[in-house]
This record gives sequence, C-alpha cells and structure tokens, in this order.
Amino acid sequence: MDIILNIQNLTKTYQSGGSSLTVLDNISFELAAGSALAIVGPSGSGKTTLLGLCAGLDRSSSGIVELNHIRLDNLSEDQRAAVRNQHVGFIFQNFQLLPTLTAIENVMVPLELRGEKNIRSRAADLLDKVGLADRGHHYPGQLSGGEQQRVSLARAFSNSPKILFADEPTGNLDAETSEKVVKLIFDLNQEAGTTLVLVTHDLELASKTQRIIRLKGGALISDELTAAETTYRENYAQR
Amino acid sequence: MPKDKNTLPGTSGGGLNFSWLILMAWRDSRRNRSRLFLFISSIILGIAALVAIYSFEYNLRQDIDSQAKSLLGADMVIETSKAVPKDILPVLMILGDERSEERTFASMIYFPRSEGTRLVNVKALQGAYPYYGQIETTPVSAGRSFRESQHALVDKTLMLQFDSKVGDSIKVGELTFMIAGILNKAPGQTGFSASVAPVVYIPLKYLEKTGLSQKGSRINYNFYYTFGEKVDVDVLAEKLKPRLEKAEMDAETIESRKEDTGRSFEDMTEFLALVGFVALLLGCIGVASAIHIYIREKINTIAVLRCLGASSKQAFIIYLIQIAGIGLIGSVMGAILGTLIQQFLPVVLKDFLPVAITVDISWYAIAQGLLLGLIISILFALLPLVSVRNISPLNTLRLSFQETSLFRDPVKWLVYFLIVLFVFAFTYLQMGSVRKTIYFTGGVLFAFVVLSALAYAMMWLARRFFPSSWSYLWRQGFANLFRPNNQTLILVVSIGLGTAFICTLFFVQGILINRVTMSSSKNQPNMVLFDIQTEQQKSVTDLTRSMNLPIIQEVPIVNMRMTEIKGRNAASYKKDSLAWGKRRALEREYRVTYRDSLSDSEKIVSGKWTGTVSSGQPVNVSLEEGFARRIEVQVGDKLTFNVQGAPLETVVGGIRKVDWNRIQTNFLLIFPKGVLEDAPQFHVLLTHVPSNEISANFQRAVVKTYPNISMIDLGLVLSVLDEILTKMGFVIRFMAAFSIVTGLIVLIASVLISKYQRIRESVLLRTLGASRKQILVITALEYFFLGALAAGAGIVLSLLASWGLAKFSFETSFTPEMLPVLLLFVLISSLTVLIGLFNSRGVLNKPPLEVLRSEV
Repeated sequence: MDIILNIQNLTKTYQSGGSSLTVLDNISFELAAGSALAIVGPSGSGKTTLLGLCAGLDRSSSGIVELNHIRLDNLSEDQRAAVRNQHVGFIFQNFQLLPTLTAIENVMVPLELRGEKNIRSRAADLLDKVGLADRGHHYPGQLSGGEQQRVSLARAFSNSPKILFADEPTGNLDAETSEKVVKLIFDLNQEAGTTLVLVTHDLELASKTQRIIRLKGGALISDELTAAETTYRENYAQR
Repeated sequence: MPKDKNTLPGTSGGGLNFSWLILMAWRDSRRNRSRLFLFISSIILGIAALVAIYSFEYNLRQDIDSQAKSLLGADMVIETSKAVPKDILPVLMILGDERSEERTFASMIYFPRSEGTRLVNVKALQGAYPYYGQIETTPVSAGRSFRESQHALVDKTLMLQFDSKVGDSIKVGELTFMIAGILNKAPGQTGFSASVAPVVYIPLKYLEKTGLSQKGSRINYNFYYTFGEKVDVDVLAEKLKPRLEKAEMDAETIESRKEDTGRSFEDMTEFLALVGFVALLLGCIGVASAIHIYIREKINTIAVLRCLGASSKQAFIIYLIQIAGIGLIGSVMGAILGTLIQQFLPVVLKDFLPVAITVDISWYAIAQGLLLGLIISILFALLPLVSVRNISPLNTLRLSFQETSLFRDPVKWLVYFLIVLFVFAFTYLQMGSVRKTIYFTGGVLFAFVVLSALAYAMMWLARRFFPSSWSYLWRQGFANLFRPNNQTLILVVSIGLGTAFICTLFFVQGILINRVTMSSSKNQPNMVLFDIQTEQQKSVTDLTRSMNLPIIQEVPIVNMRMTEIKGRNAASYKKDSLAWGKRRALEREYRVTYRDSLSDSEKIVSGKWTGTVSSGQPVNVSLEEGFARRIEVQVGDKLTFNVQGAPLETVVGGIRKVDWNRIQTNFLLIFPKGVLEDAPQFHVLLTHVPSNEISANFQRAVVKTYPNISMIDLGLVLSVLDEILTKMGFVIRFMAAFSIVTGLIVLIASVLISKYQRIRESVLLRTLGASRKQILVITALEYFFLGALAAGAGIVLSLLASWGLAKFSFETSFTPEMLPVLLLFVLISSLTVLIGLFNSRGVLNKPPLEVLRSEV
C-alpha cells in the first residue's frame, strides 16, 4: 500500500513573550493513498495546526512531514506552494473563495497557476458535478453558503489532487446543506481516488472516514479504525 | 522517490506566466476599481501641475526664441550708466545701419490737472527704436508720433492713478509735455516691472530743456542698432567688447538677451515645478497609505492564492500590475488635466512675462508627466506592497497578519532609500545644483518628519492622558485617533503640509509688510528726497522746515568706483578664480557719504572711527562688516578709488556693524570729512510726513520748485510692495492650491478608506441599539479631532518656518497675526468633519443588514 502522508515526531512550538508554547507534541502517523482520515479533538487541541503542517501551509519546529514522498520540512515557502498546487486540494470552513473572481474563475485558478490552457470546459464540468452549472458567472457574494462551499469543492478537485485537506467543511452550513456537501465530498473523493484528511468536531462526519485520530493538548491520544474501514477494505479488495 | 512526481511547478521552467498574472490583476481589480481609482486620484493633481508647468516652460522657451527680436527691439544695444567718454562717441555714432539713442533715469513728474506727483522711470528717446516689435500705445500711432513734438507717452497705470486723459499735460523737470498716448507696453517690459517703475517716454531732444540731465544725475545711456543680414552681430559684439569694457559699457545682442530672459524664467518655472512636485509627493503619501489598507484587506485573497500554489513573487506581481495600471490611468488623467490647466497659466503669470505666450500641447511634457506618475506611484506603493511577499498561506486557517518589522525586512529600507534617491534626483534635475537639492530634499524631509513626529506625539498624548471622564460618545470619537487602523498619521501629514503652505505664505507676506509699516512710526523717516544738488541743499532744508517737517537726516552722496584692493586692480584679479568677490567689487559703482560721526544704527567692531582728515594725512575710511568680509580686507589695508576722474588713495580705518532694517541711508563705505567736499555730489534728505495730505502738498511744493529732486514716499513703497506681493501671492496661492486640493482628495480617500475600516463597528453599534444621531456624533467628533490635529500641526510647522525666515532671512522680529490663522484652523477642521460625515452617510442611512451584505 502506497503511503501518501508520512508524519514522524512532528512538533510545533510558538515563542510568545520569552516563553514557548508547544501546540503539537511529537505526533507520528502514516496515511495510505486513497484512504480517509478524520482528526478530532476539543478546541485548542492542535487539529488545525496539524492540518496546516500536513498540507505544507506552515513549517514545523521539528519532525518530518513527507507528502507524496516529498519532504516538506526541507522546502522553501515557494517550493511548498508548488507542491500544494500539484498534489493538494483544500476545503475550508469559511469557503475561502476569492471574492473578486466569479465561481468558474475560482475553479480555474489552480489550473491557471500550473500554466494549463483550455481549462474553462474542465472547470464547467466540475461545476456541473457539484450542481452549479448555471451559476458559473456569479461572484461569491451572490451565492449562498452551501453554493459557495460547493464551488470550493469543485476548485479543490480541479487540479486532480492526490490528497484533499478539509478544515471543518460543514462548520458554517445548516444540517440539510451539510449533508449534501458531505455526500459530494465523499462521492467525488471516491470517484477520483483521492486521499482525504478531515478536521472536524462532528463525530458523525468523522465516523464516515476509515480512521480517526484524536488529539488533546497537542498530543495524539488515540488512533482508531472506524466501521467504515471494513467497507473501504472491501472496496479496495474489489478494485 | 519518483522523480516525475516531484517536479516543482514555478521552479522548473514554469516561469512567472505574465499573461496569467495580468489576467489575475485584471480580475482581482474588478470589484475594487472605484476604490483603486480613489487611491490614485491623489496623484492626479500633482501630475497635472507638473505637466502644466512643463508645457508652459517649453512653450515659453519657444516663444522667447520666436519673439526675442522684439524683446530687445534692435539687433544690438550698447549701454552704460556713466556719461559716454568722448573717445568712444564717434564709434557709437557710426555703428549699424540704423541707430537710436535713449537715456533713462528716475525722476518725479507732475500731473497739473490732478496736482499729483509720482516718481517714474523717464525714457528720453531719439530715432526709430524699436526696430522689431513696437511701443504699444493707445492710440496706436502715438508710439511713433510722440517723438516729433513736445509730447509724452505715459504708462497706463499712471494714467489711471492720476485720472488723466490723452491731451492732458505732465511736467517733467522744467518742461511741460502733452500726453500723446497711453503706454500699454514697452519692448521687453512686463506688468511687474511697470508697477515697480512706471515708464514715461519723452523725445530725447527736449531732455536738455527739462534741466534733468545735469552733472551728478544718475542717467543710463542706451544706444540701439540694426545691422544688415551679412553682419554677425554676436561676433561684432565680441570684437567691440574690449573697447566697450574700457569705457565701462556693455553690449547686448538678441542672442544674449534670449539667454538672459530664458535663465530668469528657469528660476520661476523651477520654483513652480518644485511646488507641483510637493503636491505630487503629498499625493503619493496618500497612495502609500491607501495601498497599505488595500493590501490589509487583500490578505485573505493573497493567502488563498498562496494556498492554491501561487508563489510569493506571483502574488506580489499581481498587485504591482494593478498599481502600475491604475498609476498609469491616474497619470494619463493628470496629463489631460495639466494640458487644460496650462491654458490658464499665462493668465496667472502674465504680469511676469515679457513675451506673449502660446498654449500648444507639449507631448514632451505629457510624456514626462506620465513617466513621473508611473514611477512615483509604483515607488510609493512598493512600501506596503513588499509586505505581500510575507503573507503566509496559513492565514486561510487563522487570520493573523503581522506587520513586517522594518528591521527584519531589508527590502523596505531599500524602498525608502529609492524614494529619497528619487526625490533627490528629480530635484537635482530641476535645480542643477547639489547644494540647493540638499536644501530642498532636506526641507521636505524635515517637514514630513516634523509633521509625523507631531502626529505620533499627539497619538501618544491622547492615549497617555485619555479623558476617561468624558461621555461615551466623546471618548469613542477621541479614541479613534489612536486605535488600530487610524488615519491620524496620513491626515496630519497631508492636510498639515497644505495648511503649512498657506499659513507660511500668509505669515511671510505679513513679515514683509510689517517691516515697512513699522518704520512709518512717528519718529522714523517715511519720505526720502534724492538728487538734491549742493546749491539747492539749503533752500530745500528751509522749505522742509517751513512746512513744519523735521530734518531727520541729511547726507551728501558721492559716486565713485574702486580701482584697487590692496594694490591690485581688476585685471590682476581676473586670473584669480577665487577672487570673485573682489572682481565684482571692482566692477561696480559706489555711492558713499562723508561725515564726522557715526549714526545710532552703526557700531565699530574693529579698528577705529576717524571723523575728519587734514590734508597730507592718510584717508581712513570705514567699511561695513559684510562688505569688508566679501572683499577680504582688514584694518590697515589699502583701497584706491576713482572719484569721477580723480584717483584717491585710502586706508581701511575701521569696520562697522550696520542695522540695515532701519529706514535711513546706510552705506557700505563712509569717508571722513575733509576730503570729498569738492567732489561732484548730490544730497539726500530724510523726513517724516504725518499724513497723506501733507505728503502730497510737500511733494508738490518740492517738485514745482526743484523738478530734478526725486522723492520716495513710504506710502508709495508700501503700495508697490503690496501690489508685488499680491501678484506674487496669487501665483504662489495658485500653486499652493494644488497641494491643498491634493490634501483634500487624500482626506476624502482616507475618510472613505476609514469608512471601510469603521463600517463593521458602526453597524455593530447600530445593531446594539445606537441611534443614528449617536453614530453621527461619534463620526463627527472623530473627524473634528483629526481635522483639528492636522490643521494645528500645519500651523505649528508654518510658525516654525516663518519664525526661522523672519530671524535668519529677513532679520526682523515675528509676531504672527493669529485671527486669520484661527479662521483657517476652523475652516479646515469643519471641512474635515463635513467630508467625514458626507462619506459616512451610507452607514447611517441604510439598515445594518444591507450594509453587512454589501460588504461580502
């Protein structure tokens, strides 16, 4: 089984007014390609920090982050940006669409950054998949929360990422919309064979993944397989 | 590790992909264009001012070229301020194809109809001068015909002042002339020179009979010539130079006049361009501050782009392209506006111009303006833009923008250095002198530093002594001065600089007027009588006394030249490049006096004062301190003079300090009694006239009996000074207006930007139940404090500058007139409040939800 994310002895410490604060303490785990992992824990347990480090958004104080066999901790910020562009997709709690770009332009940005041409039809297909084929020319301000999150989903898959990082993807949505978005995330994920790393408070959502990592006070306190793992293994075996 | 998987885009031949960066810059600007335009509007006026001035300068240069012949009126003029030596006269009489002669001197004239008198510049003319252009008169024919009979041309301002008409008469010296025409413009004359010394033309053949050409009178002689096309006038002038110099005469040609005129206008356009540049700098600070806030609001967008894989360089370039594009649009608008403003500059400056100005579009000036606008908007926007490089993608997860410390980011230092370098280089290109450039750049930096320091000090004081006992609304408004995202610094600098400009101008005008009016107090002389001949001296004194006027001072004056300093003459100093002061001293004419005592405005600082000299003794003269320093002489050094033909050897006996601020006759050189009594001389008398009526009566009485005597009435000096200052003040105010209006635009932009900053807070307050009136009061108070602070800082700066000017430049005391300043203070504070309230009305009039939604 190919390992897409390899975290070894990862520690993050912040300096604050002369004293140091450890927000992540010696975390290690590996993640197989194509699987889905949820990171759960109370507020302030270091979930988002761990996600940021795994995705190469920040640099660790010590330890190893290897994404798709690339050591991120040795790379400069611009090199990590290039890695993100090639291998990573993001979904955020507050959608993080570019407010000055239309929905379709938001979806096109990761491909444009790669210098790819004739991408409008691909972006339109992705918008179609998330059910927003007719909203491509609307600005984020003209879309509802659920619609904005679906655009962000289309954008996350536009560069065919190896791994998708989702930070509380339903945190800002109502129950009904959340359900639709979650279904979309898992369907698209399965279709593309993408690895999923999910940060959430929502245990029901977490239980849809195959594995749950629990954090508390910056330390990894449990690493369990879920019921979904059985289904995953069956599917994997069939493939 | 599979190699193909690890190729990093953007680092392996991916490049910057400029077309995409331009596309992104375009897309990103779509929803912000009106705001971006607002930022850049601050530089439009600065560019407009510079394009207008540059266009004006190019047109002026062309016009001087094309009208140079009529500036001089002839191909060559030979001039001297001394009677023409007999040996050179035959040469002067045979030169050229055509020749004219003119003598000019200052004299009193008398208007019999209104019984008025006035000191004027009399020009006695013979021949067909001017050969190019014309003496512009009403009626037109009078400009030629007055020379035939006992007729005169009188300057139009004099005609108005004395309510005269063509056909009336004037008395010049002993002779009465009929006014044949109104003089509108003489060759090379400007409105400015006409108001300082109004001209009266009379035919030269009547000069003798006026009795004004006596020995000792100060007359300038001009000989005008035309030559055939084959003669190279400049070569001829060069050939004549040695002979003319020997006779103390100068030759001027069209080419040399062109150069002189161009040079004198270089100073003026240089000054105007610098004022325009200050307006541009002011606008740029507005741009920098606006971009700073714009980038703050873009942090999230930039972080998302970084998250999606954009490099820091790409993010930086996207915004740089936006700024450059909008800077270019601002410059184009500025250039168009400048080309329009240029149409008005000749009207504003007409009093200072000797030629008629055309207003052609100058593409060169426009190109200069565009380039300048582009460079300066990018340079100033770079300061906040370099922070873009440091925005972390982590901001997508947690918004925490840390301002990069100047010390941590050396690129910011580089940008500051580039800005100072640019200001220095631009100023140097305008002034062409390193010393002046250092003064100007230093002055601008000083003003900015002082205003910034004031702003910081006030923010610190406001926080330190926060008035906790005030009511909530007042506290809220006051606290906005120092809270995060405040506009205090930028507004204090921009509005403060504009205010400082206007105030300093006003104070300097006050200082100058005050200096003259102060001397009109009771015991100070306020009327000076010149050119009193020795034989007239007693009767003039008697006449003055008979009208109950005091004789405050009466001094004899002898004209002479210095021929040797410490035994060396002008020729020997010519080879010495360091002896510039001495050479100049040996070229000029001196008006000296002789007396046996010092006046109360003089004090000996070295050597001693000798009041009288007997024959056979060395003649000890006294020199003014600064003059002695300039010609590098000390007590005991020898000076030789030429007293109208007779050589006179002297020794420096003492060096004096002189208080030049007194209205009285002061001299560089004073001789003791007993040596100059028999030299050709005239006398000066100082008196005090208590009223305008007595002044007019006294002038009439003197002019009627002694037409050769010139009188300067302090009232006249004051009115001329007032006129000059009004004319100059208009030009300076016109230019200062660019700074003021730029300041206002920066104010509007800043207020609008702070509106975006404050909007959530105001909406929150409204949501919590604040009434419309309460929000209005908080907003009004915030802008009142800001406006008051900015205007106050500007006034403090102008008080500093004016005090410095008064003490070091005008050497007088400075008592500012505070009422108009107070009015300006109230005006600027109210304007700030009004603009603030006007721009905030969106928050006040709409329901909170609507405002919140529109901000997404």
